[in-house]
Amino acid sequence: MRCSWVNVDPAMPSQYIPILIYALLAAAFPAVTLIVFKFIRPDMKPNGAKLEPYECGVPPEGNARGRYSVRFYMVAILFVIFDVETIFLFPWAIKYGQLGVYGLVTMLVFLGILLIGYVWLYRKGALDWV
Amino acid sequence: MGHLIPPSIMPYVLPVLYAVVIVAVLPLLAGYIVLMERKVMADMQARLGPMRVGPHGLLQPIADAVKLLLKEDIIPDKADRLMFWFAPLVSVTMALLAYSALAIGPAFQIADLNIGLLFILAVSSLGIYGIVLGGWASNSHYSLLGALRSAAQLVSYETAAGLGLISVLLLAGSLSMKDIVQAQSDQGVWFGFSVPFGFFIYLVGSIAETNRAPCDLPEAESELVAGYMTEYSGFRWSLYFLAEYANMIIVAGIATTLFLGGWLRPGARYHEHIPGTGIEWLDALPALLTLGVALYSLKLAPQQPVKIQKIVMGLVAVLCLGIAGILAGALFAPAGVMQGIHGAFWFMAKVFAYIYAFLWIRFTFPRYRFDQLMRLGWRFLIPLALVNVIGVGVAIVLRQQFAWGPIVSLIPTTLATLGVAMLLAKDDAPVSEAQTADGE
Repeated sequence: MRCSWVNVDPAMPSQYIPILIYALLAAAFPAVTLIVFKFIRPDMKPNGAKLEPYECGVPPEGNARGRYSVRFYMVAILFVIFDVETIFLFPWAIKYGQLGVYGLVTMLVFLGILLIGYVWLYRKGALDWV
Repeated sequence: MGHLIPPSIMPYVLPVLYAVVIVAVLPLLAGYIVLMERKVMADMQARLGPMRVGPHGLLQPIADAVKLLLKEDIIPDKADRLMFWFAPLVSVTMALLAYSALAIGPAFQIADLNIGLLFILAVSSLGIYGIVLGGWASNSHYSLLGALRSAAQLVSYETAAGLGLISVLLLAGSLSMKDIVQAQSDQGVWFGFSVPFGFFIYLVGSIAETNRAPCDLPEAESELVAGYMTEYSGFRWSLYFLAEYANMIIVAGIATTLFLGGWLRPGARYHEHIPGTGIEWLDALPALLTLGVALYSLKLAPQQPVKIQKIVMGLVAVLCLGIAGILAGALFAPAGVMQGIHGAFWFMAKVFAYIYAFLWIRFTFPRYRFDQLMRLGWRFLIPLALVNVIGVGVAIVLRQQFAWGPIVSLIPTTLATLGVAMLLAKDDAPVSEAQTADGE
């Protein structure tokens, strides 16, 4: 019984084995190309200006990793709320055919609460730039 | 021969072979989509586009690839070297990995996961790590701002696009790519027609998710030079490029599977036969189309100015003739083989039609300002998508209760969603005038 492990392990559905192999291939392709062509392409000839960050020809201004607008954090927070909601909707949508009216009412309550939150955010101006 | 491969490995041979083919073909395909983009752009701007490298620029992608592979590799002084190295790899790997659950026709799929769609969405949104890490590692203002914008834009539109997809899942009742197509076959209608607003939301969302114009804010040339890839050059840059185009094919593939009937033939209910044979006209169409392309390239071959271009054009004709031969031969093969080959043809045709729509939109609309883009996502698409999901839910319950037809029950939903869309658009109009972008 050669290679029986492929079919036995119940924790690992056998469908994922090709994906695992494919993932290795997909990761190896860019890395290997990058390394192999290192021996073919010309060596880097560094000089001062070439290695500076590009700022349209003007000498670079300070460190780039400084502060940035708080609005990006706002988007991130909103994203967590709405994306988790989307994830909750996925299983509901799959089983919806069997759930009937019960499924609709349940989800209306869920989305209703979310919608109240959305309207509140809207009124507060959290979505103004976002 | 049968003893060479142990029986327990047998089921994995074909998927792995297929995986190798994808990894080998995809970069080439991405290159040719770039050529297609340049040619379509040229056509819309009344120019010729690339014409020099190969006949009608057909070898341009290969020349570009060789150039990019041989270019000097520059890593900026202050960059975080490890992250700078690692980031493009993440982008490309995740973009490629998403293909594993995509069903290109009934026969070509690496793994038919029961969570196929969720897997694709999850993996392809991991690609954003590559963008953010790359922008951060570069230590350039442009890169960082590009990466931040990209992150904000991707997460915003991912939510909207995901909600757009849920309206289809309500109808399909499965996440497996094959089952979704099968559901469209069973119900006799492509879901794009059942839930047009779901399709619209996904179309807009997918343009923003792939950073395509008019939503290409992360790499807006006029503001951010090249956004997150400002400091990247040569092969590393081309990895980002490959990831972008691979993602384009992925979103086109998702849209094709969910909204455009996947590998189903258009006119599935039309069964007119060619006189004297058992072959349907529409089944013969793919072979006839490719034969037409082959004959046209054969006609063009002698007109090329240089001898090598004549030869290449002739090779193109032979290639098309070969594909036409395979498509025609499939007509006489067993039903499974025929569906596999023709399914792949129709799937790719729809994917390219979707990508053409992307290009068309790119060359038609001016770029959004960042605040406009975020407003479109959060204040228009997300509420619209929520209303659409609720509407489709109500329609399905109505259909179950009153035994209405699949289309009839969805017409009121679509009209109601249209009303909400107009209300939202009207509500939003004065705000866009009052507000001005005050930078990042």
